[in-house]
Amino acid sequence: MLNEHAAHGSAAAGQARGGGAITREDVAHLARLSRLALREDELDHLATQLDDIISAVARVQEVAAEDIPPTSHALPLTNVFRADEVRPCLTPDQALSGAPAADEQRFKVPRILDEEA
Amino acid sequence: MSMETLVPYDEALARYEPVLGIETHIELGTTTKMFCGCSTEFGAEPNTQVCPVCLGMPGSLPVTNRSAIEGIIKIGLALNCSIVEWCRFARKNYFYPDMPKNFQISQYDEPLCIDGYLDVEVDGETYRIEIERVHMEEDTGKSLHVGGATGRIHGADFSLVDYNRAGIPLVEIVTKPIVATGDKAPLVARAYATELRELVRAVGVSDVRMEQGSMRCDVNVSLMPKGASEWGTRTETKNVNSLRSVERAVRYEIERQAGVLDAGGRVIQETRHFQEAAGTTTSGRSKEEAQDYRYFPEPDLVPMAPPREWVEQLRAGLPELPAARRRRVQQEWGVADKELQDIVNAGALDLIEETVRQGAEPAAARKWWMNELSRRATEQSVELSDLPVTPADVVRVSALVAEGTINDKLARQVFDGVLAGEGTPDEVVEKRGLKVVSDEGQLGSVIDEVIAANPDVAEKIRGGKVAAAGALVGAVMKATRGQADAGRARELIIEKLTS
Amino acid sequence: MSIIKKTAAELAELISSGEASAVEVAQAHLDRIAAVDDSVKAFVHVDPDVALAQARAVDDRKAAGETLGPLAGVPIAHKDVFTTADMPTTCSSKILEGWRPPYDATVTRRLREAGMVILGKTNMDEFAMGSSTENSAFGPTHNPWDLNTIPGGSSGGSSAAVAAYEAPLATGTDTGGSIRQPAAVTGLVGMKPTYGGSSRYGLIAFASSLDTPGPLARTVLDAALLHEAFSGHDPMDSTSIDQAVPPVVEAARRGDVAGLRIGVVKEFGGEGYQPGVLARFHEAVELLESLGAKVVEVSCPHFTYALPAYYLIAPSECSSNLARFDGMRYGLRVGDDGTRSAEEVMALTRAEGFGDEVKRRIMLGTYALSSGYYDAYYGKAQQVRTLIARDFDAAFEQVDVLVSPTTPTTAFPIGERADDPMAMYLADLCTIPSNLAGNAAISVPCGLADEDSLPVGLQIMAPVLADDRVYRVGAAIERALQDRWGGPLLAKAPEL
Repeated sequence: MLNEHAAHGSAAAGQARGGGAITREDVAHLARLSRLALREDELDHLATQLDDIISAVARVQEVAAEDIPPTSHALPLTNVFRADEVRPCLTPDQALSGAPAADEQRFKVPRILDEEA
Repeated sequence: MSMETLVPYDEALARYEPVLGIETHIELGTTTKMFCGCSTEFGAEPNTQVCPVCLGMPGSLPVTNRSAIEGIIKIGLALNCSIVEWCRFARKNYFYPDMPKNFQISQYDEPLCIDGYLDVEVDGETYRIEIERVHMEEDTGKSLHVGGATGRIHGADFSLVDYNRAGIPLVEIVTKPIVATGDKAPLVARAYATELRELVRAVGVSDVRMEQGSMRCDVNVSLMPKGASEWGTRTETKNVNSLRSVERAVRYEIERQAGVLDAGGRVIQETRHFQEAAGTTTSGRSKEEAQDYRYFPEPDLVPMAPPREWVEQLRAGLPELPAARRRRVQQEWGVADKELQDIVNAGALDLIEETVRQGAEPAAARKWWMNELSRRATEQSVELSDLPVTPADVVRVSALVAEGTINDKLARQVFDGVLAGEGTPDEVVEKRGLKVVSDEGQLGSVIDEVIAANPDVAEKIRGGKVAAAGALVGAVMKATRGQADAGRARELIIEKLTS
Repeated sequence: MSIIKKTAAELAELISSGEASAVEVAQAHLDRIAAVDDSVKAFVHVDPDVALAQARAVDDRKAAGETLGPLAGVPIAHKDVFTTADMPTTCSSKILEGWRPPYDATVTRRLREAGMVILGKTNMDEFAMGSSTENSAFGPTHNPWDLNTIPGGSSGGSSAAVAAYEAPLATGTDTGGSIRQPAAVTGLVGMKPTYGGSSRYGLIAFASSLDTPGPLARTVLDAALLHEAFSGHDPMDSTSIDQAVPPVVEAARRGDVAGLRIGVVKEFGGEGYQPGVLARFHEAVELLESLGAKVVEVSCPHFTYALPAYYLIAPSECSSNLARFDGMRYGLRVGDDGTRSAEEVMALTRAEGFGDEVKRRIMLGTYALSSGYYDAYYGKAQQVRTLIARDFDAAFEQVDVLVSPTTPTTAFPIGERADDPMAMYLADLCTIPSNLAGNAAISVPCGLADEDSLPVGLQIMAPVLADDRVYRVGAAIERALQDRWGGPLLAKAPEL
């Protein structure tokens, strides 16, 4: 499993710093990326906890040398495909049965701000 | 909407060199979706073609459609790409209500097909468009924006989402930067989109209908001052949904960006939207945060390692591709480059070739499809192939003209009838009584009336000015509402007046 | 002996011989649930009518002369992480409260096809994130051995239900130890099959590349019977292995270790391990040796990096897997007052619907995958995953199975580690390597710790697809220990 994620960002930004790895602003940014409307006190608390955890998990950087290929899947399976054959769909009632709101056989959602996120 | 200062196109091109990039999304015409067994049929009632997988329900898992992978490999091969030995799907993470899992299964740094090219021709010159990558992903659902004044996304009160399209296989084709096209840039962009559409259609994996959204282009444009070596900042104009719009979007961006640069400003790297009606592009809403898609390998799908035998089998099964076909047809029909280009642009190549195959003369087939029928398709704003007329109908009309049963003018009326659903050409001829009148008795009495009504002209012909007969033929045609055999009428008139 | 104390194998025998009906067996367990679950709180949903209807169907099929499967009529407690079309499925999360899925998980379907009677859905750490079942939106489950302690997690409702005789069998899922650790701290057998050996279709994902369904039971044979009943290839799960299920039932019946080479993982022991846990573990190893196994110490140097790698990989996958819970298509929606945007409603819904641990892991995973940090965190963790798989490969060249304590301590008091995530994460120290490498691993009871008289688990690990081997060793040690104890360990548990 070679050839992985050459295009991702540099490691430099994420060096283990043993505390102070993550700021409160970072946490607020992560909360926005994660779509979590966290309260101020939650942000404070999480900033401390995440800093502890990230400092601890940064230990992975001690052992993983450049020439070690990454593993994304537990087993080395490849080429699992299905035939292009129609299977029964849900009925619209089943599909919409859990919807918080529905109208005209569609899922009703609050107004969308932009064409694409 | 801000007011843009545009620089006239020629002026802009005198000072700047455009660099283009085109990303094209094509929905594959598989029977079922990319990762589940729901039907992909277009136009179904909302949320009738959905299941736990394409609704992203908790616990559901994707399984890859083999036909979709075959489809993308065929496209890759047709674009002269390498098919990689091993690659994975990746998750592109962002929140959006029409995307049920809030991530899109796509490919990131391991696309299935890489490093290809497509040659396109503009004004007799060939441009090689390099293909960076071709990768597989899934489409999203469709939102209906309700409320507000316009029914558009801005100002809507709420939206209604239909997930029938969610999970349709989508192939994304990304070009490398297209440089050195100069003032031909908009035409090259359009020619690329046109050629790509023809290619994919020929490969037979998609109906590539831009008006139905099964092919859509995102167009990247940047400008650099002539002679500069560093490229300018690019904009990405999204969802350009017709070939003409591809050309217009590039042209507009060149004029707009030149305006920004001339005024000493900087082009902002942003997503823009093409406004079909105005032919302009407008800025997308600026983001508070830069996007961070957090791509990572899709753990629910195993890697793909297409066996070489499979790839070669797919290569061997490719049909004749458009460029080769055009060369062949051009030779067989003896048409000029320009005319062939017009045929291709009109989407008439298949139709004409089939008409010829069924027995019509190439010249006649071209004439009817390219003149009469193309005009009607344009009038009705439909694709030529969507007109309710078949190559067999055109073959029959040509035969009727050739054997003299009808003339060209009547043939147009026959097509009127066929298009109006009145039946086959023969049935229309019969029902409308459109046969050419060449019968001497019937024609003779009409001619006598015409001669009597135009004594001056008749006198000229008697005096030897045979060319004046045209006026009388015209009168005969008018009197018979076009049904007279004009040639025969002329003969009879001259016979009557000079013998 | 009363019905509820019988093993699944014994119950199946009673039903197939006609000595008891499936309805009687189901009713006995429903009565037990009614009697003790107020204090154990193993279940989040019990539907006696649905359960009895399933039991009646089995009795009808038997009366009609049909041949029944080996677990027909046997009741089971089903972890609330699997979708069930006839019962709510919540993952013990407020965000899914009351959700009724329109489809059955493959595991659920196979339980039904086996004629098993699903009594109800069991409590768990929210979205399977935790080691104590305290992270449930519906309150904690209590360990039947000591109601003030945790039953392990995330499959803590399942472990408590089986340990409290509310069900003879339960399903669980194991992402970092979520079957084995609860089994260990409640005196049960808990098996994590080879990844891909049992289907994940309909298992609400926590970390897709690690999640594995597996059985919890009071005996090794019972675990094997359930393992066999719901495992095997599933075309709906691309990561499912298209091979026959290893002969686990046969191995569990055989149960011998003569001539087997057993490796003791050098890295798992010493500081941080409870003395009583280590004492029982070492006794078990000696016992295995006395049964004819050859015991050696094996070093797996990268196993100590498994925990940090896991706490990058699992949160990364979870941050993406849980993105779909946004209040648009199902489940909770908060703050939709007609003025707020979809974006705002999503953020409010998720903030309200997810508990602290889930939020923590989503944030951690978002961080590990984000631009500029990916290589240093997620990328490195994936490399560690390779190193751990290599450690296993090297070890299994020397030995047939590896053993370790299942978890460093016995059940800890409810609340003790509730707001100390790092301390909580240590509970999975020994179990995580097998999730990262995908191999088979089981926990079997090996006695009570002297300090607190609470159960200790022995973990046995075997290579990928050698699931039968851990059953074989597990059955051997189970028989030898029960001879020593004069009966099952669970007999020593206090009456509820």
